Amino acid sequence: MMNLLSNLLIPSLVLIIIVYGLYKKINLYDNFIEGAKESFEIVLSIFPNLLAMILAINIFLNSDVIGLVLEKIKDYIKFPTEIIYLSMIRPISGSSSIAILNRIFEKFNPDTFIGTLASVIQGANDTTLYVLTLYFGSVGIKKIKYALWLSLLTDLFAIIISFFLVSIIF
Amino acid sequence: MINKVWTFLIIIGIFFSVITNRIEMLNNIIFDSAKISFDMITRIFPVMALWLGIMKIAQVSGLLNKISFFLEPFFKKLFPEIPKGHESLSYISANFISNAFGLGNASTPFGIKAMKSLNELNKDKKTASRSMITFIILNTSGLTIVPTTLISLRMLHNSKSPASISFICLLVTFLATVFGLTLDRLFSKRYKE
Repeated sequence: MMNLLSNLLIPSLVLIIIVYGLYKKINLYDNFIEGAKESFEIVLSIFPNLLAMILAINIFLNSDVIGLVLEKIKDYIKFPTEIIYLSMIRPISGSSSIAILNRIFEKFNPDTFIGTLASVIQGANDTTLYVLTLYFGSVGIKKIKYALWLSLLTDLFAIIISFFLVSIIF
Repeated sequence: MINKVWTFLIIIGIFFSVITNRIEMLNNIIFDSAKISFDMITRIFPVMALWLGIMKIAQVSGLLNKISFFLEPFFKKLFPEIPKGHESLSYISANFISNAFGLGNASTPFGIKAMKSLNELNKDKKTASRSMITFIILNTSGLTIVPTTLISLRMLHNSKSPASISFICLLVTFLATVFGLTLDRLFSKRYKE
């Protein structure tokens, strides 16, 4: 049922847009082409930003600094390090955090406390750094003021809230 | 700021790669990054063209304006700097809606169009405006209704109720959005120079 609904989402969205355009008697084909053309300009402006960020993030992840630090402090904290690791990678890299989540699921079942918490941290957060680079980079903004701190703080808040909410359920 | 983060990531990354003896991998990674980002662009590009094409129809027909009309009372409070009926409002609405329904690949082109349109209102083209930062917060804390990738990954690992986390995710993103927007208000007042 859920599957059918989500499969219907995009086709019905397209249909609604087309039918409404038809009703308003606009030239559907020409407008589609006009809009699609704009993608060239956008892609050109985001590619250098994407390249720069992926380069830096991959070099950073290769060194595994976060893993190294966590290994050192592992014995002092009672909290599962996997969760901390995931929380720190989540805003930096979407594909890496999925890989970490996969490892967590292999070790703990997704329905356990850790499995659930990890799922919520993954699901309720975004790749903040990627969004920031892409959006600001594409319009050539150099000074982003408090945007980075604010969004990282919001991520931290989301992680803490996730912990409390999941604790209540278990 | 992005400049500092970028430099920090590279320097720390290379330094610790040397310490942990991962220099050989580092060589591959530097060149792989170029390939990965190109692959990523080639994946984003066609989808972006598709959505921008469809959205253009919605925009010209006035449907996009209709949608943003419903969200206007809410956005008026969030973005007081945007003049009534400005096109950025309709892009922001489209981005917000596609985000909420988990259409990640559709929300990015709308988001970039929104940023471009917000920059037209911006006095200093190189510095982020308050509306832009509010918009970014709305995006990074993004309200998610159906986290599809996550559910399928949970299914893969034999979860008994793979979709059960959807509600908590929604609740967390909602609270985080409220938190982020509230802080945004406080920060922007402080930042007035």
